[in-house]
Amino acid sequence: MDSYDAPESTPRQCASSRLKDYFIGATPLQKRLESVRKQTSFIPTPPRRKIPQCSPLQEDVDPQKFAFLLHKQWTLYSLTPLYKFSYTNFKEYSRLLNAFIAAEKQKGLAVEVGDDFNIKVIFSTLLGMKGTQRDPEAFLVQILSKSQLPSEHREGKVLWTGWFCCIFGDSLLETVSEDFTCLPLFLANGAETNTAIIGTWFQKTFDCYFRPLAINAFNLSWMAAMWTACRMDHYMATTEFLWSVPCSPQSLDISYAIHPEDAKALWDSVHKTPGEVTQEEVDLFMDCLYSHFHRHFKIHLSATRLVRVSTSVASAHTDGKIKILCHKYLIGVLAYLTELAIFQIE
Amino acid sequence: MSVLRPLDKLPGLNTATILLVGTEDALLQQLADAMLKEDCTSELKVHLAKSLPLPSNVNRPRIDLIVFVVNLHSKHSLRNVEESLHHVDATFFLGKVSFLATGAGRESHCSIHRNTVVKLARTYRSPLLFCDLEIGDFRATMAQRLVRMLQICAGHVPSVSALNLLSLLQSSENPSLEDL
Repeated sequence: MDSYDAPESTPRQCASSRLKDYFIGATPLQKRLESVRKQTSFIPTPPRRKIPQCSPLQEDVDPQKFAFLLHKQWTLYSLTPLYKFSYTNFKEYSRLLNAFIAAEKQKGLAVEVGDDFNIKVIFSTLLGMKGTQRDPEAFLVQILSKSQLPSEHREGKVLWTGWFCCIFGDSLLETVSEDFTCLPLFLANGAETNTAIIGTWFQKTFDCYFRPLAINAFNLSWMAAMWTACRMDHYMATTEFLWSVPCSPQSLDISYAIHPEDAKALWDSVHKTPGEVTQEEVDLFMDCLYSHFHRHFKIHLSATRLVRVSTSVASAHTDGKIKILCHKYLIGVLAYLTELAIFQIE
Repeated sequence: MSVLRPLDKLPGLNTATILLVGTEDALLQQLADAMLKEDCTSELKVHLAKSLPLPSNVNRPRIDLIVFVVNLHSKHSLRNVEESLHHVDATFFLGKVSFLATGAGRESHCSIHRNTVVKLARTYRSPLLFCDLEIGDFRATMAQRLVRMLQICAGHVPSVSALNLLSLLQSSENPSLEDL
């Protein structure tokens, strides 16, 4: 796909491309239609990908700032571009969202009446959470409970957190006009009801659409390979895989745990080109694990479905849940998830 | 050894035989049942196999069409098909082999990328069909389609041969895809 991104991204400069004449003066809608048409006929996933490195933009940001994003389970959604969203109107948005949540809770079946009106919504920007300069700034929405006692000035407990980001979202940014803000990845932590209410408000206000982002087994094996490839100083967790065997009456789960250094050693023996991960290497890595398991237990893991991958860098579940453990590779993990979200939108 | 050849046996009178190869026993069985229910002027014979080579001690009629079934949810089925392909003679690939990929509907369960199967079909110059064999209606439609293809491959349809059908089924490809 990289070789086809070039004509799209520099339509005016690429002289040898046959698409050049088509793209000069093409409206964003035409570009989008062309990219959608191409997606259906070409390989959507690149045969090789960069191993997530420390993004240069993240270097100058204090890792403590993003510490609250780690070690939490996030549910993933893909989000279509927001219409007429502005970073300067955060106070306005907080006010409106607060009112909306209060109204929803009022007409809902709120049992604890007292607590529900003591919430506060805060919008804030997450500076530095981007892959390239072109990516829009990530922002965070938090629902806090206001402290009951007036003497306490500190912020209440965080009830719900959600953040929107876009890391290396060039393929989407190309095809969208000025009025839209592209933040295709949405991560939420907290009660499902809150996520639904906030989602409804955003959909009404900015004419966008949320969809849960499921991660299929193919992408999970890519994640396993990429995260095992990451160089770590010390390993916090064992590398673990979980497979679900489809059998009746209830499915069987197979869990396979490997010492992280052994997994890294296996990856190093498979890995050839430095700095890149190819489809063949991922397949070979997984095949080694499958054949080892088969030799001992005579079970073909390749006939089952990979459901969960857990490494020292991050852990991902097929239902679209992710937990990031290492701040060094935060951007790398998010870049891959952004790619999946963009692919789902398109 | 026991390589399948298209013309090493004489054809039976008004008989058309199809061989379905794949690891998904239940799905193959259901597809076979759906095919046998179809109204057809020729006498249909459906053989099921988990993998090739077929045991040589059995007396079987000439095989007119081989369909390799790959389940996109299971890498094991893809490996199985890849290994079975070695036991098929090259002349079979002149329109008498087809690939069927099932399970594309449930994207979240897929462990093989769709394009892996597309590449496989292109390497063997054979048509690739997509069908969710778990869904009854799609299975019935696919059964109908396979019966028509089988009749053509067995030579029961006048003035259309397997090779004609193959060239009709090749979709108009982008020239750059030939590089795959």
